[in-house]
Amino acid sequence: MLNIFKNKREDFPDFWKKYEAKFQEKPSKEIEHTRFVVFDTETTGFDLIKDRMLCIGAVGITNKSIDVADGFEEYISQETFNPKTVKIHGIIQNERIETLQEEEAVKAFLKYIGNSVLVAHHAGFDIGMLNQALARMGLPKLKNKVLDTVKLYRGTRIISNLINRERNYSLDEIAETYHIDIKDRHTAAGDAFITAVAFITILGKLNTDNKLKLKKLFRY
Amino acid sequence: MKNTIASRIADFLKNYPPFNLLQKEDLLSISKNVKVKYLEKGKTLFAEGDTGHKRFYVVNKGAVSLERINNDKRETIDKCDEGDIFGLRPLFAKENYLINAIADEETVLYAIPIKKFKPLSEKNKEVGSFLIQSFASNTRNPYAEAHKGKLISEKEPEENQFQPNNNLFELQPAPVTRKVIMASPETTIKKAAQLMRRKKVGSVLIVEENTPKGIVTDEDFRNMVATGVFSIETPISKIMSSPVICYPRGITIAQAQLTMMKHHINHVCITEDGTPNTKVVGVVSEHDIMVSEGHNPSVLMKAIQRSSSTNELKKIRHKITLLLKGFLASNIPLNHISKIIFELNDATIKRIIERCIKKLPTPPPCDFTWIALGSQARKEQLLQTDQDNALIFEEVPQEKLEETRAYFLELSRKVNKRLNIIGYEYCPAEMMAKNPNYCLSLQEWKQQFTNWIVDPGNDEILLCSIFFDFDISYGNIKLSNELANHIFSLTQNNKKFYSVMGATTLRNPSPLGFFRQFLVEQNGENKDFFDIKKRAITPITDAARLLILQHQVRNISNTAERFEKLAQLEPNNKDLFLACAYASKVLIKFRTKQGLKNRNSGRYIDLENLSKEEKIKLKRCFKSIRQVQELIKFRFEVTPYT
Repeated sequence: MLNIFKNKREDFPDFWKKYEAKFQEKPSKEIEHTRFVVFDTETTGFDLIKDRMLCIGAVGITNKSIDVADGFEEYISQETFNPKTVKIHGIIQNERIETLQEEEAVKAFLKYIGNSVLVAHHAGFDIGMLNQALARMGLPKLKNKVLDTVKLYRGTRIISNLINRERNYSLDEIAETYHIDIKDRHTAAGDAFITAVAFITILGKLNTDNKLKLKKLFRY
Repeated sequence: MKNTIASRIADFLKNYPPFNLLQKEDLLSISKNVKVKYLEKGKTLFAEGDTGHKRFYVVNKGAVSLERINNDKRETIDKCDEGDIFGLRPLFAKENYLINAIADEETVLYAIPIKKFKPLSEKNKEVGSFLIQSFASNTRNPYAEAHKGKLISEKEPEENQFQPNNNLFELQPAPVTRKVIMASPETTIKKAAQLMRRKKVGSVLIVEENTPKGIVTDEDFRNMVATGVFSIETPISKIMSSPVICYPRGITIAQAQLTMMKHHINHVCITEDGTPNTKVVGVVSEHDIMVSEGHNPSVLMKAIQRSSSTNELKKIRHKITLLLKGFLASNIPLNHISKIIFELNDATIKRIIERCIKKLPTPPPCDFTWIALGSQARKEQLLQTDQDNALIFEEVPQEKLEETRAYFLELSRKVNKRLNIIGYEYCPAEMMAKNPNYCLSLQEWKQQFTNWIVDPGNDEILLCSIFFDFDISYGNIKLSNELANHIFSLTQNNKKFYSVMGATTLRNPSPLGFFRQFLVEQNGENKDFFDIKKRAITPITDAARLLILQHQVRNISNTAERFEKLAQLEPNNKDLFLACAYASKVLIKFRTKQGLKNRNSGRYIDLENLSKEEKIKLKRCFKSIRQVQELIKFRFEVTPYT
């Protein structure tokens, strides 16, 4: 019997169906067995509607190790161009670098992330960018669980009236605290790597009793 | 596809052997397959008997100890820090690990896949021989001595491998410094002296085409230049001692020491074949031998003042810890230990600030004072704990204020970062000079203290108790003195303030329960442990601060010394105060020993592991705490608050 939902789902392209199917698997409850994908996007600006992604960089983490071989780095050709942000990330339109169309890049990214837990610094923005791109392709939002390193980092700070825990810690500040080199800052892959090193460091800090569970990470 | 992450990893690896010997493409392809691992302090990466991992490791940040259990005792075989490789056994043999690899501090590792790397090491002979060498030094395999190849000499001084207090110390190879200060024979005396001053060394080696021709020491300047025998424009070769005493590599400490005594010299030159006719490899100095022994404070002090990198300071810090262990083991009085360790810590901070000022493009715009707070200021910091510090700068015109602050914040960021690298954790409450709240002008500080003292709430009192124990680390003492004056004028006869402060002092009750049982932590990760800081050290420190403040005594911040002073000031309470002074020393020593034993802050104590004697000693201290708390309750009319 075909129900309404099934009909609707069949409208979606194959790659989306494959992506969706991966969420049928029962996810692990252990951090060790979970694949995290730490990612970052470079964009033409900070407006979710007007601005566009120029690059997606990501790296996978399994068993608390960053696996460089499990990386993702794609540049996207865009019509929208914002001269103001070029000086931040240095991606100039039509720079001679291999690029993909946005659709292709998003398609490749979905295949790459599968049902992994996504991690980003100020995750809301990057997830929003991806969801906007998906919407332009007539697709629903991302289905992955998301962790934000800003929130996790706050969790490592002590509770004291003397410090403001609600502050928005920048990636630079966190890198300084943990002595992470900030070379390649403002390239998507470079930032993703800095975030990834920060993420495994934070996992260590939060794991005070050696019993840290995945579930707990989502509460920060 | 572009691979930013892999190229960044390659960028790091290419600075260290054996990766510096690889072709660029090979290095990049290895980098693409690296895994990055994080280890918490004290975490074991692999243990004796574990099956070999599929990867070997390079330290990216932090340090890893390689240890072996020998007759139930842990023995450190090697210490690996930034750029060092270890875990090589699976590369050579299908055997289980024979050693333990434990993170000495927070560590980030790059894990290199053996399957990918092995073909490269077989193809490139130099790479292969370096790996064999490293493997041997990691494991101290005497057989591998036979392989001693060229590459080992490119490693930094092997001083880390020294085992202090080892009976066979004298028979170990002498530490060779490879960065030798050299000059050519034509150099003028003046130029050579300037070079020595810049490098802060007492001697310079005179070389021609890298072969040693002579050596000039401070003494030669005194005897032959200052006396007017030679002018400062004379070539240095006129005053050098020649020939130079040379030895080949591998000279033992005993040999080096004997040679130095025999010839009345402080340096032995190491050349390729041990004669003055071949190239200089390095220098063995009396100073370095003493430093490598690790138990001579004056040598450590000199090493701190001469240090030219943060990494060097970090290595010296390891030696200070060894020194501390030695002191405690030989039961030297705590007063003495604290003073020496304080001086070494203090010198380290000064050196870091000095170096950071030089790193900034301009000199400081005005006078400033760097103050240490908390345990370092009280000279009670034996183990490295958190860093607590602040900065006071001179009054500047309003329009220059923010610009000036920006300069000092930049300076503080640099200093705080380097202190962190050498082992002082960042203060979790952000009480550090890089925090704009604690990098203020003198006027702002005065205002700050006025606010805290006039309207003392709980947070304000907590801040007061931290900031009242301050000690100048660097800069103009006038600024910190003026601030102290201000504090005394505010607190004098201020009943309300003392009463609130008294109540805070009593917030941690005596550590003994009703049945004379230890009060242990009821919950949290340290459940059932005794928190010696919270329950014993803090109450006694708070009590000393409050009492001494009331007497308006300045410049004594050490708890035991404060009580000794109080005993003089109040003869009727002499016995109690002396008992408190004693208790404070016992508690700190106790904590330090626990910390060294367990590689942590020593704060939480497992009562089950204490001997009966230790428990009795602690209980005696607690009795003094209770008595002094009663005195405070009475004197400051503290009304208990909850």
